[in-house]
Amino acid sequence: MGLVDRGRLPKPLTTLFNMGRSYSLWVYQWGLACCAIEMGAAFGSPRYDVMRLGVIPLPASPRQADLVVISGTVTDKMAPAIKRLYEQMPEPKYVISMGSCANCGGPYWDSYSVTKGVDQIIPVDVYVPGCPPRPEALLEGIVLLQQRIKNEDMGARWRGEGTKPMNVVDGESAEKGGVPVVVNN
Amino acid sequence: MTMLGDRQQLAYIAAQAADARVNVELETEGMTLNIGPQHPATHGTLRIIARLDGEQVVWAEPSAGYMHRGYEKLTEVRTFPQVTALVNRIDWLGSFANEVPFILAAEKLMGVEAPSRAQHIRTILFELSRIANVSLFLGDLGVQLGAITPVFFAFRDREYVLNLIEAATGGRFHPNFDRIGGLKDDLPAGFIDETRVVMKKLRTFCDQIEDLLFGNEIFQARTRGIGVIPKDVALSYGLSGANLRASGVDWDLRRDQDIPMAWNKTEFKVITHPDGDSFARCWVRLQEVRESTKIVDQLLDTIPAGPVMAKVPKIIKVPEGEAWVSTENPLGEMGYYVVSQGDQGPFRVKIRSASFNNISIVPWLLKGVYVPDIITILASLYFILGDIDR
Repeated sequence: MGLVDRGRLPKPLTTLFNMGRSYSLWVYQWGLACCAIEMGAAFGSPRYDVMRLGVIPLPASPRQADLVVISGTVTDKMAPAIKRLYEQMPEPKYVISMGSCANCGGPYWDSYSVTKGVDQIIPVDVYVPGCPPRPEALLEGIVLLQQRIKNEDMGARWRGEGTKPMNVVDGESAEKGGVPVVVNN
Repeated sequence: MTMLGDRQQLAYIAAQAADARVNVELETEGMTLNIGPQHPATHGTLRIIARLDGEQVVWAEPSAGYMHRGYEKLTEVRTFPQVTALVNRIDWLGSFANEVPFILAAEKLMGVEAPSRAQHIRTILFELSRIANVSLFLGDLGVQLGAITPVFFAFRDREYVLNLIEAATGGRFHPNFDRIGGLKDDLPAGFIDETRVVMKKLRTFCDQIEDLLFGNEIFQARTRGIGVIPKDVALSYGLSGANLRASGVDWDLRRDQDIPMAWNKTEFKVITHPDGDSFARCWVRLQEVRESTKIVDQLLDTIPAGPVMAKVPKIIKVPEGEAWVSTENPLGEMGYYVVSQGDQGPFRVKIRSASFNNISIVPWLLKGVYVPDIITILASLYFILGDIDR
């Protein structure tokens, strides 16, 4: 893993790792509203059967998950809990925002208590539109995410590049989190 | 000997003193257990704060509001047809059932009545959404108790009903099909035959669930005699729907009130159970799915010909006044108190949703139960978070 940290993974190995990661996604189901039922249909029903895509929808806690599906209306009361549990997920982590409410507020665009989009709190990788999206749409979102994972530079992802470092104590660690670190040897 | 005896006695006293010390150290202290707001057993985002003494709940309180979307305020800035799209999403498992009381209240204010074919189709879709709603409950019930299989059956057979709703309305989940004065469209070709086939499948599903789950010894041991709500308590907390009928109250708004829907043209049993425990609540719901399939079958036989839309102006302005209409929704009594001031949109809408009143009994009901029973009791009460928080 030292190779990964330094971003010096040989290309065949990167491809292999990415393939492994994309086909063993552990999904933490964040079911909030109507979309949660469609997510349940996609993950739990024999008709849609997400496991054939290599997605395991049953981690016991966010600490074991690679992907979180935010499905449903995010309210201002719920937002801190979402941020907190997202921060507990280990890197590399991905977010799918499912449904209009999680994307942008949806039919509650002028409500006083709804957060207009979960991307205000956490970074989102794939948006799945619809109110609610059909289970097939969520499956397509997962396939798109898998394509994205396959083409990823794993070293960069491992260093948390492109995402803000979370527990920044001093400036140095923030810098390391933000830009690629090149080790001279 | 006496020395030994004394020593033995001393050792005994010392042992007792040590025990007492341990007992002092192990004195039970209250512990606060937080369930939720994200927990699979809460059907969404309900948070329950329970204070425990050992394994027993001393005090419990639900903390609602994690799904509050401000419905009553939003209705003030929407027009009447737009509100229909909004109220779909209150009880998201039985969406069509949410539209009906609101539309009926608006029709009452306007003095319009839907044609009898529209009333029939409304009732059919209402019952279909009840079946879709409660069949998922029956599957989910197994998951709460550790049985995974029923949920696969539920999702499988629920898809058939959703396909029917989609064929008729265009919306799988949120139909938004009801209009003031009737319906958007007539039924599609082949709907009636298809529905008959699906109703047969659903009755088979009910038999399967009854065999798999309700006949299961573990299920009975975990639900019988647990979470008992007596009749008077159920009435005083304002419970409605299957929760009330499971406590032995013979009360069903489909039968008891006269509204322009087609239930009074059918014959159905109102299922009650005298026990009032978790098992009774689940059993009543299961039987109600059966009754609903029978209602749908009867309505399919007697569906009259004619238009599905009464004559209403294109731009709907509801005259000044106030109206209250409630119906027997999958979760219980759901009603809208609509105040109009003659504009295109309502002035104020008060939404009475069943789950909010149903979970108000949770602090009373959870007092003194054991921790694993919290989950079964909450599952049997059956609430939907959108219905609680709105």
